[in-house]
Amino acid sequence: MSDRKLTSAPAPAMPPAGNIADAARGRIPAWGPWAVFAGTAVVLAAILSVIGFNIALLAVGTVLISIFVIFLWARKVEGQRQGLDRGVTLAVTSLFALAMVPLVSLLYTVTSLGISRMDAEFFTSSMRNVLGEGGGILHAAIGTVIITGLATLASVPIGIMAAVYLHEYGKGKLKRWLTFFVDVMTGIPSIVAGLFAFALFAIFFGPGIRLGVMGSIALTVLMIPIVVRSTEEMLRIVPDGLREASFALGVSKWRTVAKVVLPTALAGIVTGVMLAIARVIGETAPLLITTGVFSSVNLNPFEGRMANLPVFTYNSYKFPGVPPEPYIDRAWGAALVLILIVMVLFLAARFVSRRYGIELRK
Amino acid sequence: MAAVAADAQTPGSGVGKRIDIKDLNVYYGSFLAVKDVTMTVKPNKVTALIGSSGCGKSTFLRSLNRMHELINGARVEGSVTLDGQNIYAPSMDPVRVRSSIGMVFQQPNPFPTMSIYDNTAAGLKLNSKRIKKDQMDEIVERSLRGAHLWDEVKDRLDKPGAGLSGGQQQRLCIARATAVQPEVLLMDEPCSALDPIATLAIEDLIEEMKRQYTIVIVTHNMQQAARASDITGFFNIKETGDPGVLVEIDETEKIFSNPSLKITEDYVSGRFG
Repeated sequence: MSDRKLTSAPAPAMPPAGNIADAARGRIPAWGPWAVFAGTAVVLAAILSVIGFNIALLAVGTVLISIFVIFLWARKVEGQRQGLDRGVTLAVTSLFALAMVPLVSLLYTVTSLGISRMDAEFFTSSMRNVLGEGGGILHAAIGTVIITGLATLASVPIGIMAAVYLHEYGKGKLKRWLTFFVDVMTGIPSIVAGLFAFALFAIFFGPGIRLGVMGSIALTVLMIPIVVRSTEEMLRIVPDGLREASFALGVSKWRTVAKVVLPTALAGIVTGVMLAIARVIGETAPLLITTGVFSSVNLNPFEGRMANLPVFTYNSYKFPGVPPEPYIDRAWGAALVLILIVMVLFLAARFVSRRYGIELRK
Repeated sequence: MAAVAADAQTPGSGVGKRIDIKDLNVYYGSFLAVKDVTMTVKPNKVTALIGSSGCGKSTFLRSLNRMHELINGARVEGSVTLDGQNIYAPSMDPVRVRSSIGMVFQQPNPFPTMSIYDNTAAGLKLNSKRIKKDQMDEIVERSLRGAHLWDEVKDRLDKPGAGLSGGQQQRLCIARATAVQPEVLLMDEPCSALDPIATLAIEDLIEEMKRQYTIVIVTHNMQQAARASDITGFFNIKETGDPGVLVEIDETEKIFSNPSLKITEDYVSGRFG
């Protein structure tokens, strides 16, 4: 049997397989998928307008039906593999669009509602003696900068040194336990961090105490594990060859860590720190119970209550005055400012890693 | 060896030292990787270590400047003496050992954060040695000249070392290792990531450097051992999982023409490995 197969000419009935055959086939025009999508939407909208319009049904139906149509069309014109490819491409693109919907919607809502208060007064005045119209977020913005700044000052050195210990020095049981606790800390609900700071200060100053620094401590508890994790990740991608090269030059371990390993990982560590700041800067719950509510500028985190953007936003929205409109507007304005701050941090992080990042071999 | 004194081009650099290895056993945890090696590395000679993959020659090499013990659980038994001083003596500081026994690795590994200049001076700068600028310039130039790299990089010393080609990077690593003026230079397959031309450049360099340093080179390439070395040691393992042993060590010429053991002859003539 096999001998005969080998010697005989290729069976003429079999379609010639291979790339040449594919190339000879037709192609769907570039506008094809779009046309299918638009056509399906129009037809489906027409049908739905008869039986009762529903935007969600229209979106889901259009995607599912056009995936099917484009698959059948491409299979007929271009072949099985291309048909599948086009179908899956459309499916993946649609899922991406779906994932973007809440994000875009959120940005749109906050921007459209917050834009009305993007005026000079909003950024230059506090809420001192303001009832009703006007007023601003100066006190809250300053408070957020001080509270987050202090938290960063405390958590960055601790976090980086902990990561250096875990990755460069630690071994055995202690390392395993520390890694475990860092993991657990990563998952701590932020309100628990707030209660921790609250309880800690209540021991010394009684339960009524509210200070800016209490908020910083709560945020520090939340930030440390994030900084440890991201720094450890960065230390991990520093090639061992660099450490060995340094050791082989007769350089001691701590100098190697301080002058070779950390500088090599620096851009990544900075990026990680900025992302950690962005992560905690919008924390509301822990600040609500530690910093309290305050309507004037307070520059001293060690005395008295201190306003901040997340708590200001929450409070203005939850407990508006009469009439409520100016309070609600200020809440959206503060929310928009918070988003802008986070966005600036992300852009700065990207800039740092692009500009100063070092290509590391895997 | 008389050439050492005549070499006026490199003032102040040391003369190669002799290493005596006695009953050296090298372990990874409880696994014995290299067993009972006793040999002498002669000063100002190039000693090549050959053998098939996994036979322990790199492990052995790394135990000569206490790099081996950096691996978790790794340890060494026996003695390695550098001109009479046991480098494994309890009073011996491994950091000091490594500054007198330098190393060049398989993959060129210049520091990515540093310029060509800083890479060359890294051994001194990282240790915060207080050295005047003009003196440092002199050391950098001498080291780069010694590594045959000076003419190629003298106009871009402030550019990152990672921007050089693979062969240039490896010569930069050699310059970096020699800038701290070690007495012995260990090279762990320094040419395996390089093309033939860059390999030849490094081999020429090795030939020249033995006037100032004792050189031990691990290589997979038997032609390289034959070309570049004075003495060749042959490592082998019986089976996977067995420890590597030093089968035979002798003048390179003798190993490649008339070795005393059949197994060495089989290996160098390409019958296995």
